[in-house]
Amino acid sequence: MTVTLAQPPAGVRPAPISHGYRFELVKLLSQWRIRLLLLACWIAPALFVAAVSLQTSLPSDTVFGRWMNSTGWAGSLVVLDFACTWALPLLTALVAGDVFAVEDRLGTWRHLLVAVRSPQRIFVAKALASLTVILLLVAGLTASSVAGGLAAVGNHPLVGLDGHLLAPGDAAGTVLLAWLSALAPTLAFAAVGLLGSVALGRSPMGLLMPALLALVLQLAQLLPLPVAVQLGLPSHAFLAWRGLFTDPGQTGPLLIGFVVSLAWAVLATALAYRIFLRRDFTDLTFDGSGRQILVTAVVPLAALVAVSIGVIAGATPATGSGIERAKLQNSLATVYGHLYRLQAQELHRPDVTEAQLQATASCDKGGSRVLDEGAGNDWRCVVSWHLPGATAVGNAIYQLDVTADGRYVADGDGPKEVNGYFQVRTPAGDAPNPLWQFDGNVDLLASTS
Amino acid sequence: MHRPPAVRARGITKSFGEVIALGGVDLDVASGQVHGLVGPNGAGKTTLLGLLLGLAVADGGSLEILGTPVGRTLAVPDGVAGFVDGPGLYPSLTARQNLAALASLRRYDTGPTASVDDALEQVGLTDVADDRVRGFSLGMRQRLGLAAALLTTPRLLILDEPANGLDPAGKRHVHRVISGLAANGTAVVLSSHRMDDLAALCSEVTILATGRVVFSGPLGKLAAESGELDYRLVTSDPAAAHRLASETPGLRVVTGGEPAQTGLVVRGPEPALDELVVRLVGAGVALRELGPVMTPLEAAFLALTATDVGPEAETEARTEARTAAGAAQIDEENSR
Repeated sequence: MTVTLAQPPAGVRPAPISHGYRFELVKLLSQWRIRLLLLACWIAPALFVAAVSLQTSLPSDTVFGRWMNSTGWAGSLVVLDFACTWALPLLTALVAGDVFAVEDRLGTWRHLLVAVRSPQRIFVAKALASLTVILLLVAGLTASSVAGGLAAVGNHPLVGLDGHLLAPGDAAGTVLLAWLSALAPTLAFAAVGLLGSVALGRSPMGLLMPALLALVLQLAQLLPLPVAVQLGLPSHAFLAWRGLFTDPGQTGPLLIGFVVSLAWAVLATALAYRIFLRRDFTDLTFDGSGRQILVTAVVPLAALVAVSIGVIAGATPATGSGIERAKLQNSLATVYGHLYRLQAQELHRPDVTEAQLQATASCDKGGSRVLDEGAGNDWRCVVSWHLPGATAVGNAIYQLDVTADGRYVADGDGPKEVNGYFQVRTPAGDAPNPLWQFDGNVDLLASTS
Repeated sequence: MHRPPAVRARGITKSFGEVIALGGVDLDVASGQVHGLVGPNGAGKTTLLGLLLGLAVADGGSLEILGTPVGRTLAVPDGVAGFVDGPGLYPSLTARQNLAALASLRRYDTGPTASVDDALEQVGLTDVADDRVRGFSLGMRQRLGLAAALLTTPRLLILDEPANGLDPAGKRHVHRVISGLAANGTAVVLSSHRMDDLAALCSEVTILATGRVVFSGPLGKLAAESGELDYRLVTSDPAAAHRLASETPGLRVVTGGEPAQTGLVVRGPEPALDELVVRLVGAGVALRELGPVMTPLEAAFLALTATDVGPEAETEARTEARTAAGAAQIDEENSR
């Protein structure tokens, strides 16, 4: 056996971040859990979209679900909607929420510190590696869902949330933009995962933090909260991509969601970094920061929520729930006008423009004793329109179910020749009358004054 | 050429909240020396090893590692390798992948490193180099941890319980590696509860109890200070041996009338034992086995750390221990 002494180098230098990053990536990708997640994200959406798109019963309770057998792009948006609700918070929990805790479970912290020589670099390498894996997972969801949809249904125009048709090229760009916009809140949840992983050590609570946060925020979104509060929560950015599918786009909530999400990502990462650098790795009794997490993690994030709400309330014109009668009427009339043209085309009737139709809507919520404002399934609207050369005004009744995030489902209530259920022939096959049931989205920030 | 000591610690203190892990610890480890760290559970061994590895910063005192003062910020000193609280290995990676990743992390600052294959060969794990660590036994993990430490060709090697779970062959590998490193000038500080390992490997030991040094010095000095030891004799005529032991001045029979296979246990100083051997030979009694019931190190450990004794005796033992430790240090300083 020969053992030789190394000459002492000039100075103590930590391992390069690129080496640490590669090591962390190898560790993550060697875990069966991560491999299965990657496999699922790259395969399952394609199978799901392809299978569902070929069914006669579509998931119409999900945005764009009712268009899944009309265009391949709708399936990807259904997957995106589901991902924003559950999959992305869970994926960030399983990757970022465990990237530090796994070293506690394996008892490898000291070993890693001795090897890398820099807690700062360990943190950066771990954060970057988990971010890389999360991006790979999101990329898989995107590519797989698009591929499944296009393979099963084809590259057809997509009906937007204001009823206008997006040509296949536009649909492709907007769908990709929607997926990209979901990355900002994903980053925020990933940062919360890092924070939980650092602060709570091997405790399973650390792993659950992003999922728990998502659950709490989803419950909050069901409540009739003021629009400033809704937009001040990091989860709203998971919904704001819907605004890309109207013309003009509802960019206000999207931009606010982007900024709020990035603020969460930066603050939560900074808090995780601070807690990580202060940890004493020789303390064998360490099992998470426990009570200290209240002060070091929860309080700053709660303060960020308060500041976000204050800034949004002060800087935007929106008040109350953001769902007002005039906005709803405008939105419904616009969607109706666009879909009327689509219906005319599918029924091979003479084309008529939105301007010629002059569609208007009159809405009422819950009768005369209820204020016409806010979410609820008791909105009743009458849409009126004109046909060129005809003096009579057409009327159609809709029941609207409006949710607190601004999305609504309009359900035709007569006359049945206009908005009843019947099949129409489309390039992709038979489909329900487009005026029977459709989705819309109210811009919560838009001003009606 | 004068080489600075690998470790020079003076008055090191470290607390975790209200728990004092180290209360004024002094430690000197010369280059090329294998230094044992002994103490009961909770004595502060792991904390001290963690400080040497740069995993934590002492609350007080001064610490020099390889001639460089350790500052107040977390930093792993250069030329130092090893592990505390078990080797950190990733079960989802193979042995080779574990080492390759470490080599990649360390290559930047250590210049040419011993190759992964060399390190695996030194600890006898070449055959399982491409197996996932998940299936490794504790002993194999220990050896792989040692291989990981070898990658940097360290000048100070810190090992926490390196003999845990080792089979005889694995133990031989580890002993050979440690002795080889020491022969080439590497200082090795190792903690262990295996007194036979420490006695076989270490030239000096430090005994810790409740965060304080109760003895530090050469093993020989410890043996001298451990006083009378118990020895077990196996002879061809147990009855005659018992009679002769009883008659030997300065020797006391601890157990008697024993079956031949368990032997006779006597207590006394070494000269009295020598006298007994002479008498046994003179009486024509064959001596088949003679050895201490416990090693001097183990005896000293039990005495100095007051293990398994009552409160009064514990106080007495601590007083004796501090006296012994003080005397040992004075002697050591005089000898420099």
